[in-house]
Amino acid sequence: MGQICIFYKKGHFYQSKVTVKIMEDAIRLVNITKKFGSVVANKDISMSIRRGEILSLLGENGSGKTTLMNILSGIYYQDEGQIYVNGKEVAIRTPGEAFDLGIGMIHQHFKLVDVFTAAENIVLGLHEPGKFNMKAVHDKVRAICEKYGFNIEPDQKVYEMTVAEKQTLEIVKVLYRGADILILDEPTAVLTPQETQKLFTVMREMKKDGKAIVIITHKLHEVLDVSDRVSILRRGEYVGTVETKDATELSLTEMMVGQKVSLDLSRSEPKNRVKRLEIKNLNVVNKDGVKVLKDISFDAYGGEILGIAGISGCGQKELLESIAGLQLTCEGSSVEYFAPEEESPRQLIGLSPKKIKNLGVALSFVPEDRLGMGLVGSMGMTGNMMLKSYEKGKSFFTERNDPKQLAEKIKDSLGVVTPSVNTPVSRLSGGNVQKILVGREIAANPTVLMTAYAVRGLDIHTSYMIYNLLEEQKKKGVAVIYVGEDLDVLTAICDRILVLCGGEMTGIVNGPGSTKEQIGLLMTKSNKERNVK
Amino acid sequence: MANEQKMHEPFIRIANRDNISFAKKVCIRIASVVLALIIDAVFILFVTGLNPIDVYIQIFRGTFETSLRFAWAMRDMVALLCIGLALAPAFKMRFWNIGAEGQVLMGGLATALCMIYLGGNLPTPVLFIVMFLTSIAAGAIWGFIPAFFKANWNTNETLFTLMMNYVAIQLVAYSTNILRGQASSLGTINMATKAGWFPRIGGYDFTLNIIIVAILTVLMYIYLKYTKHGYEISVVGESENTARYAGIDVKKVTIRTMLISGAICGLCGFILVAGNKHTIATNTAGGNGFTAIIVAWLSKFNTFYMLLIAFLLIFLEKGAIQIASIYHLNDYIADIISGIILFCILGSEFFIRYKLIFKHSPNAQKEVRVND
Amino acid sequence: MTETIIAWIFRAVQFGTIIMFGSMGEIISEKAGNLNLGVPGIMYLGAFAGFASAYGYETSVENPSRLICILLALIAAFAAAAIGGLIYCFLTTTLRANQNVTGLALTTFGMGVANFFGAYMLEGEVYTAAPVSNSAFQAKIPFLSNIPIIGNVLFSYGFLVYGAIILAIILHIFLNKTRAGLNLRAVGENPATADAAGINVTKYKYLATTIGAGISGIGGLYYVLDYNNGIWATTGQIEALGWLAVALVIFTTWKPLNVIWGAYLFGLLYWFYNFMPTLFGITNAERTTSLYQMLPYLVTIAVLIAVSIRKKKESQPPAALGLPYFREER
Repeated sequence: MGQICIFYKKGHFYQSKVTVKIMEDAIRLVNITKKFGSVVANKDISMSIRRGEILSLLGENGSGKTTLMNILSGIYYQDEGQIYVNGKEVAIRTPGEAFDLGIGMIHQHFKLVDVFTAAENIVLGLHEPGKFNMKAVHDKVRAICEKYGFNIEPDQKVYEMTVAEKQTLEIVKVLYRGADILILDEPTAVLTPQETQKLFTVMREMKKDGKAIVIITHKLHEVLDVSDRVSILRRGEYVGTVETKDATELSLTEMMVGQKVSLDLSRSEPKNRVKRLEIKNLNVVNKDGVKVLKDISFDAYGGEILGIAGISGCGQKELLESIAGLQLTCEGSSVEYFAPEEESPRQLIGLSPKKIKNLGVALSFVPEDRLGMGLVGSMGMTGNMMLKSYEKGKSFFTERNDPKQLAEKIKDSLGVVTPSVNTPVSRLSGGNVQKILVGREIAANPTVLMTAYAVRGLDIHTSYMIYNLLEEQKKKGVAVIYVGEDLDVLTAICDRILVLCGGEMTGIVNGPGSTKEQIGLLMTKSNKERNVK
Repeated sequence: MANEQKMHEPFIRIANRDNISFAKKVCIRIASVVLALIIDAVFILFVTGLNPIDVYIQIFRGTFETSLRFAWAMRDMVALLCIGLALAPAFKMRFWNIGAEGQVLMGGLATALCMIYLGGNLPTPVLFIVMFLTSIAAGAIWGFIPAFFKANWNTNETLFTLMMNYVAIQLVAYSTNILRGQASSLGTINMATKAGWFPRIGGYDFTLNIIIVAILTVLMYIYLKYTKHGYEISVVGESENTARYAGIDVKKVTIRTMLISGAICGLCGFILVAGNKHTIATNTAGGNGFTAIIVAWLSKFNTFYMLLIAFLLIFLEKGAIQIASIYHLNDYIADIISGIILFCILGSEFFIRYKLIFKHSPNAQKEVRVND
Repeated sequence: MTETIIAWIFRAVQFGTIIMFGSMGEIISEKAGNLNLGVPGIMYLGAFAGFASAYGYETSVENPSRLICILLALIAAFAAAAIGGLIYCFLTTTLRANQNVTGLALTTFGMGVANFFGAYMLEGEVYTAAPVSNSAFQAKIPFLSNIPIIGNVLFSYGFLVYGAIILAIILHIFLNKTRAGLNLRAVGENPATADAAGINVTKYKYLATTIGAGISGIGGLYYVLDYNNGIWATTGQIEALGWLAVALVIFTTWKPLNVIWGAYLFGLLYWFYNFMPTLFGITNAERTTSLYQMLPYLVTIAVLIAVSIRKKKESQPPAALGLPYFREER
């Protein structure tokens, strides 16, 4: 029985037939293809997952990692290709069938029922023999928690839990089901370093038990730390698999992005820095009563790019939305705007986005949720241009000519690929959607431009285009605020970088001269108590 | 290696359709109506033993045999269409206004009360203006109440508006009980003076109804498509977050749109009472408040499609009444026939939105485009 | 005075039983995320099929057995209503049609079917009756019902009244203490999570909606063969009762145990006008009947508002109520 293995070495693919004992592979994927409409999420992927190992599935956002694993866990069904579990060809049509095969997935977006208790969530959908006995369930949950050192109260309702607790619950849920093939989708995104280490210890423990573990991530140091092998996907395609011991951050990055990453982004010296925003004592409490921003104070200047770094969910969203007038803030918070050619600043806290706009504050905002907040998916480019300007003029009717011209202009200048400016933008690819959004926000001639994860899920080419647009804005004297996750990019394009951790500001460093390590340290500095012990 | 017994690829899978041509859409819709007519024919054949072709000819006659019948069909169609127009902005905003029946009744009740208490005391134009204003105010209030709670506390509007219907129905029942005194029913209002009745134009009382609704159809189309309000409604309906981002006051738009929706329902009550029934009763809206929901939904808020669907439903209803009287059936057959048609049209939407992929389909595309 | 109160309670309990069945069926359906506005139509289907089968049996047999009357009527009512639920579920779950619109169409359809075919039994009369079945459904509990006052208030009802109470308790246990109940609630709260946990969402939706509709249909049956004294007439009454059943679901905040007292409270409110003159000496009641019959709806609106303002998690509608679920949607 032969298996085709693809090796990746020095930028070239080598194929060769190797004889492998099939039983070694817990899972083998052969030529898996999955399309969503015209978008190909996975193209012809073949790879294997072994018992007693931790496999990292590495790739940029949008490279198809999650889709591939969702196929394994029965959420999606592949369009083409075969899956072998323990050497047997199987069809995984539903998550239930995946469980029966011993495959358990911990999703990035928690799959939990809010109004249920922890224990209820754990037993959901199980077919245990015998009488339904919640007390027995509680005991078993406590036993698992004890074994791995988790702290989960079986009676607690999920809506009362913190993010870390929910994550732990997800892991307990899979363990309870006795899965021997575990898939973890970006489990560390919401965890502190200590929690992450704790999780890795648990994973190593499970590995020793002979379980096969897949961890989806795009954090290279974690890949090197925890995994035995690394499989890399790029833009929906399988690039190759390497032994972790042979890999370095650089070699992995190369495989991930497909070309030598040279972050030689041009960063000009800030000229004519003028204060545009002064944020003082910004405090925000979210719907669930959790304090998500604590005493944030900083200034933003025209003519510079201010980076905001941090693990996702550390208050970045709330910070930008507070400035944009979309977030309720605590008393005493202050966001002052210094308009060009005006003496006294203006307080923006307490104003709605509309009032801010009517005051003549030229604020542009590229939110994280592009189609759910920045754009209207069912409308074409023209309709989306109107989002900023539809109110112009006294007429009862909307004016469509200018927006249409603007749409055409953005389409041409940024190279948006769309059949027409009237095609609903939800049908376009992520990169084109983002070009439309950024294009529109820049076209409004802002004095302050805020972007949240502006390049998430975009290919290198589009990402560079966005970086260059931001740089141009900076040269024009705009105060650019760039919330990002890639520290290489942050250190390369930002003049100053503000670091958030758990809603607190742990420092502001200068872009030039700062290192990733320095920022990474600040990102994990918080003293906040977490629940994974 | 081959493991036949375990390997079961799903026989049919469902995938989103990205694009569908206009012609294909029309074909699917027509096919669904044809299917419904076939099911109805089978039903008629088996239950009544009548020749379905003859029955369909009678159904056709129900609307087209005489010009009077056609006029009546138009009269009933505009009543249905008017409510559909009222619902369109609310639905487009994803506000489930199931309360049209009640809003229409409140408008009708206001009109009737004006006719009774002010008829003869006011000059005709003034009377009409008062009737018009009170009826739309009554409808608007009925629309405002659930919108207010939805906007402020996110109270479930589907259930709220549904309940409001019955509050309105009982209010009308109460009012008619008071008004009729010892009589067995309220009877026609201002039979002798015809105060508050729409003037007869071209031989029909209800000509003005048709004209009003025709104008309204065009206005609503323009309102939704070309005005700032219409734009705001689309954005709120698509995503409240986007609306807030764009500086749209979601609360204000919700309440304003429901005021308009309720007001047009009230207007419908006005024309029903002043231009058609000349009385008020709990069945004045006649279930049109519910049927119009289906009309508005199926037309995807396009007022001209709405016209087509409203006509189709009224055509069936008139036809059913016709066959009921010719063949001595009862006219509930109309409900059955339109029920089946609605089921088929509702089901057909699926084939417009999704495509089925059969196992080992020959058209399974091999060509792939890589995700950007 | 006492007699009036007893009569009032008696009527209220009977009235409450109709909407109790309607509500319990709808609760099961809504717990699976299906907001079925076809309840009135489903109750019509149950009422018609139940009556027609009992009537057909009774008129064609010389000495009709009361037990067979009961069994036939129950099975027919449940089955016909369940078919209504099945149509709804096929359209909304498999073909993903809009739930509100489909429900309303089902209401029209059910009312049409019941009254169209019902007319064949009327044979030109205004109403027709099934006396044997009626007596079977109205049979009081022997001996116990003879106890003064208590016997009248507690033991003088047809068996379906007690059946409804038992069913409410069973439903409570099912939803809160069993595996299937937990899974069902998960489907209505968060179908994506339920699906990922290996629950067959489609199967649960189908079973819940179909069985739920069957139970609602029993409400229609009870209306004809007990509450309405076994009389069938072309009527619009059941539609109003169906909407009241939907209202009761909200009033109980989706909890079957609350249905028991909620339904009787609705019954008391609904029949208030009839007993008001003797009880409270309020005259002129007849004209104001409608105002009192409005009360159940007003109370429901009040509950709806209160629940939304308090935002207590446990009293909210199932989170995915009314929403379609498609696994590969993204």
